[in-house]
Amino acid sequence: MLDKEDQQLLNMHMQKLKRERKIVVIWQIFILIGFFGLWELASRMNWLDPLIFSSPSRVYNLLLEKFSDGTILTHTWVTLIETLLGFIIGTLLGIILATLLWSSTRFSKILDPYLVILNAMPKVALGPIIIVALGPGYVSIISMGAIISVIITTIVVYTGFREVDPNYEKVLKSFGATRWQCFKSAVFPATLPVMISTLKVNVGLSWVGVIVGEFLVSKVGLGYLIVYGFQVFDFTLVMAALILIACIAAIMYKVVEKIEGWLIKHTT
Amino acid sequence: MSFLTLENVSHHYFSKNDYTKALQDISFSVKEGEFIALLGPSGCGKSTILSIVSGIMKHTSGKVLLNNKPVEKSKRDIGYMLQQDYLFPWQTILDNVLIGPTIQKNVDEEIKVEAKKLLNEVGLNDVENQYPSSLSGGMRQRVALVRTLITKPKILLLDEPFSALDYQTKLMLEDLVFQLLHAYKKTAILVTHDIGEAIAMSDRIIVMRANPGTIAKTFEVPIELRNEMPFLVRRHPKYQAIFDKVWEELNKNEEQKA
Repeated sequence: MLDKEDQQLLNMHMQKLKRERKIVVIWQIFILIGFFGLWELASRMNWLDPLIFSSPSRVYNLLLEKFSDGTILTHTWVTLIETLLGFIIGTLLGIILATLLWSSTRFSKILDPYLVILNAMPKVALGPIIIVALGPGYVSIISMGAIISVIITTIVVYTGFREVDPNYEKVLKSFGATRWQCFKSAVFPATLPVMISTLKVNVGLSWVGVIVGEFLVSKVGLGYLIVYGFQVFDFTLVMAALILIACIAAIMYKVVEKIEGWLIKHTT
Repeated sequence: MSFLTLENVSHHYFSKNDYTKALQDISFSVKEGEFIALLGPSGCGKSTILSIVSGIMKHTSGKVLLNNKPVEKSKRDIGYMLQQDYLFPWQTILDNVLIGPTIQKNVDEEIKVEAKKLLNEVGLNDVENQYPSSLSGGMRQRVALVRTLITKPKILLLDEPFSALDYQTKLMLEDLVFQLLHAYKKTAILVTHDIGEAIAMSDRIIVMRANPGTIAKTFEVPIELRNEMPFLVRRHPKYQAIFDKVWEELNKNEEQKA
């Protein structure tokens, strides 16, 4: 029976894939346990100064304590909202700016050198000025989260607009389409995959902006906890905040990745 | 009476500090219902003529009249079919076909029915809700043809519409397009570099020369070949004679260049 043989081959292939997956997961777990184990060990044996590097068990206990009294939730929540808002505002503003650039070639030519400067400039350096201008509060921090991604989004999306095959526009123009109609029906939808791929980059950038913003001015947030822990020499707190940031940023990245997959499936 | 007239049309392409004369003193006219072919080597400006006739590009000098009106004012009477289908991958086949009506803001039930009817006519059944990626090259080009025909253009501009297809599909589509255009009595201009295709499909062949693009010579396709299906024209006893004449003219142009 040929069918049976084929089935067997397929089974073997699937088993091979399964085994491969298992090996990868086992190694991943091993690295995770190894890292924390080594850290704990190094701290207890005084290979690392426990005052500076703390230890996983202390971080764990601190997190438990802070979770049970609820204070850490407020900090996490504030940072999360700031990052999300910064991310959304930065991305949308970037797309809107790219659209404006596309709408007038002359306008984009005029702005070109300024965009280059703004893009090259490290945006976090603007932090103090933003804080002075917008006041020491959420608005400044969210602005930091947004400003860091807006220029690069503008440039990437605008380049995407320009790289759309001009023949799509030609088809539309042959039906008498206006420039705006061409944008709506061809240029914008054709660039959606580019915009979606900027999302993943922007979510990481917004974290940078927001954390730096919190470093500079805040009474609450994970960035604040890091600075506060540093000032009072409580490095367990610093480590706890770092670990939380790493986890939440990773979850956020994964969510954006899921949204990206869904968008690509439903728009292209 | 002539339907489309080009009078001393010239066109320049400008680059940073240079220009190329793409077309020089092009004059010809097309009668209603006539099918003409523009034949020539690449770079002779044949596609530029289509862009000018379609009103997408403005010529630098001369006159282009469609029904005695400047061509910029009659964009809606023109259907343009490109080398590749350029269907929008994110839209269904039906939405792709209705793109012209959407732009011109007259989508209604009637035109949807018409779209489905036309799709059936080109041999595409039950594809309205599929996406272009699930169709073969030949099927996609047929969709592009329907997209062009749905706005009921008075004149069709075909810019090497078969050149990206495999030979067998190309022959089949030639017959299909020929049949449809004759059934609907459409005027058409076909741009091609394939001598056989020009003879098989058109009533008149305008041979062009490059650098700058000018008209070298015009050939009337023998009356016996005009109403035959393109596939049969290639086997007609009179086919070889006209092929040779056109071939000779094209070669003459090549030699002059060399």
